[in-house]
Amino acid sequence: MTSIELFEVGEPTTTLWLPVFASLVPAGFPSPASDELEELFDLNRILFRHPEATYLIRVSGESMRGAEIHAGDLLAVDKHLEADHNHIVVAVVEGECTVKRLVRRGTSWWLQAENPAYADYEITEPDNLRIWGVVTHVVHELIPGKLTALLRSRD
Amino acid sequence: MYGLVDCNNFYVSCERVFQPRLDNRPVVVLSNNDGNVVSRSAEAKQLGIPMGAPFFEVRELLRHHQGHALSSNYALYGDMSRRVMARLAAHAPAVEVYSIDEAFLDLHGLTTYCGTLDTRVQAIRRDVLACTGIPTCVGVAPTKTLAKVANRLAKKHPELQGVLRLDTASRRERALRALPVADVWGIGYQYAGKLATHGIRTAWELSQVSEAWARKHLGGVVGWRLVQELLGQPCQDLNPSEDGTLARKSISCSRSFGQRLTAFDDLWGAMATYLSRAAEKLRAQGDQAHILTVYLSQDRYDTRVPPPYTRSTTLTLPGGPTSDTLQLLAYARRMLERLYEPGRVYVKAGVVLDGLERPGRGQQLSLFAPASSTATNPLSDVRAQQLMRSLDALNRQFGRGTVRPAATVTAAGQSAPWQGKAQHKSQAFTTRLEDLLVVG
Repeated sequence: MTSIELFEVGEPTTTLWLPVFASLVPAGFPSPASDELEELFDLNRILFRHPEATYLIRVSGESMRGAEIHAGDLLAVDKHLEADHNHIVVAVVEGECTVKRLVRRGTSWWLQAENPAYADYEITEPDNLRIWGVVTHVVHELIPGKLTALLRSRD
Repeated sequence: MYGLVDCNNFYVSCERVFQPRLDNRPVVVLSNNDGNVVSRSAEAKQLGIPMGAPFFEVRELLRHHQGHALSSNYALYGDMSRRVMARLAAHAPAVEVYSIDEAFLDLHGLTTYCGTLDTRVQAIRRDVLACTGIPTCVGVAPTKTLAKVANRLAKKHPELQGVLRLDTASRRERALRALPVADVWGIGYQYAGKLATHGIRTAWELSQVSEAWARKHLGGVVGWRLVQELLGQPCQDLNPSEDGTLARKSISCSRSFGQRLTAFDDLWGAMATYLSRAAEKLRAQGDQAHILTVYLSQDRYDTRVPPPYTRSTTLTLPGGPTSDTLQLLAYARRMLERLYEPGRVYVKAGVVLDGLERPGRGQQLSLFAPASSTATNPLSDVRAQQLMRSLDALNRQFGRGTVRPAATVTAAGQSAPWQGKAQHKSQAFTTRLEDLLVVG
């Protein structure tokens, strides 16, 4: 049973008009609603702290299943954030990029998979390891759509 | 003080961000059609691969040293450039984007609040590196020309840690003495030869000439300004454009073909493709063009072909300035018909749009023609503009070339005969969903 907490949200101070793209506007006839457009929702602005430093990356394989990151998901990766204990990161190991959780155990650092079928990787030579960026968001599709279609097109 | 920020071997650096296995190896990026080397990693420079070297000459050398050659991937470089410039704009009160990998920064008055210029500039370098993975060098000086000098030396001497500041007379003298005159911004190859005959070989010697001499031998006031800039007297300000992009004074688009072309229709397809692209750029910066140039080139290495290898024709648009693709295409087709000779073998075509200006600024109306040129375009001006706006909007939303002139379309499933070779191209890692980096 999942418990859900409700948070009180204050009265919104601004009204956000969303454009309705579904309405058919006769060509050449100005829509009375077009004067009321204030701005569009821009997910990038809402989600990403450093847009210029954020890159989208796709996931292959199920090594991070336990963190709810699955094959075909989109990751938003921030190159500007400083990686720390417990962050999920994209790391460069021997010239290849991999997504893992960065954890400290005692004095040693590990790249930990979130799936018992995959081995953890101890960072013995910090020089051989580069953190490419910190994963800030996962885009996971619950109803197969464009993301899934893209995945098929790659195979 | 001005700063000139320059990305270190930018194209190679972009590729390495998404392909870490290319680190510490010799890597080069090739020009259009996989022809020549246009960007070299430090390792490739150490192998003695010169800038502009033909690919076939260096292929074996690279292979021997586990190196890589990549086709140019401008979708990726353009997006990475945008990210770099956006970071720079966050740090300096004004930025002039000078090229895809260079920008001038206005650093005036920054030190009052932010410590010394050196720590400031190092912080900018660190930030660009952190956000994009692109390493940079910065030259800092009281004039733009000296900032260019400083940047050149910072690139050459790693011990400077990527930054050189030329703010004292003694530092300036040392730097100018170390710089061949040909490397001064705005001098170029031809002037350098001329200067050498007068015994001027370094930037320092150039900075010591008299005003009269500079005006006489270096193209009048322009030359004298250049000399003053070398002396630390600023004569040029930043030219930041309103939209943060560099508004160009002329727009060109040219490519060498993937194969030799002889048929008029193929040449016209290529020309129409390049012109649509150039007109798109023109509209993006809100300008119209007065002058259209088109040219065709034959193979200069073919001994059977007599020069001239390139023939061009230039037209001042009779209907007044325009940015309308369809109007421009109508002119260009007639110009191409004049240039084209059946039986000749062509390897390259290009278009140049010149005489750019904002619409509605002091247009000379023709005495005899109506204000809109209906002769070449049956649509009225307003509707034509609307059409172009819709065209650009569609192509922005659904990808370049979604809607395009019929002349540029090839039969389904066939690649265009003029399409250049790009056999070693990496994915558009940041601009195409299908091409994103995949990690496991």
